[in-house]
Amino acid sequence: MTPYTVAFAGNPNTGKSTLFNLLTGMRQHTGNWAGKTVITAEGEFTHNNRLYRAIDLPGTYSLYSNSADEEAARDYIIFEQPDVTLVVLDATSLERNLNLALQVLEITGRAVVCINLIDEAHKLGIEINLEAISARLGVPVVAISARNKIGIEALLDQIERVASGTYTAEPLHIAYNEEIERGIAQLLPMVEQTVGRSYPARWIALRLLDGDESLMASLQNRMNSQTIPDPKEAVRHGVTACH
Amino acid sequence: MTKPILIPLSEAENGSRLRIRSIEVQGVLRRRLLDLGFVAGNVVEVLRRSPLGDPTAFRISNTTIALRREESSLIFGERIGGAQI
Repeated sequence: MTPYTVAFAGNPNTGKSTLFNLLTGMRQHTGNWAGKTVITAEGEFTHNNRLYRAIDLPGTYSLYSNSADEEAARDYIIFEQPDVTLVVLDATSLERNLNLALQVLEITGRAVVCINLIDEAHKLGIEINLEAISARLGVPVVAISARNKIGIEALLDQIERVASGTYTAEPLHIAYNEEIERGIAQLLPMVEQTVGRSYPARWIALRLLDGDESLMASLQNRMNSQTIPDPKEAVRHGVTACH
Repeated sequence: MTKPILIPLSEAENGSRLRIRSIEVQGVLRRRLLDLGFVAGNVVEVLRRSPLGDPTAFRISNTTIALRREESSLIFGERIGGAQI
């Protein structure tokens, strides 16, 4: 069985790497992504006898500000399409952290939201209604403390549910104002025709409206490399080249 | 109803709190400011100014962020309180 892939996304200083190190232990190595000076860590862990490949994405506040880190994190989620994107949030500053969570969830519903530092939040008198957040975001939400190893098993169970497809969710649908929604409606058929079914068309339409040239460049790169006929490549990655 | 008086963050005195109404910064920096919490509707507190008056430290979404006048003069809000915390 091929391992499930889990990408770890989150703001800086949320304990994302603490969690990553806790799960993968010594079984990790650093990688440097091609064409970018972005160092990241990869590792492995097992849960219920299944192997998971973990990728620690750069810590970012956003996927839209076009720094090398953010482009790398964004491109990984869009193009590599991990089985699960784990969004690690700081329980003591959820408002700020949810910005990134929303950005990820607009791209993919194959995600688990992990609220870290829950013990710190309790100390500050912060109560978090996990069910309410989960209902609003449409994906599993788990509270943990990576440092004190609280909630880790529950988190792994939720990762497994999403990875195996037991739990499925569509990308989060945020309703924008009339003008933006009209723009999306106009672009959507063209986007779907151009990029095919494997990418989140509504999200790409939104980025086009925002004039995101960096995403355009990444997409173009990707599309060009896919149009070169290479049957071996197609078989290896199981790509359905039907567009 | 009277229209709220909007002032740029750069003109707000230390200790004052403002509700952000508009952000006139453009381009990549606008996106960055939005990501940091400078969003219309959010409340920002003016913490203190550096000795030469610039940059200024602001408290927003539970984090302290310093902005230069170049940016803070393009973010507008209405006063919602004095120095009480």
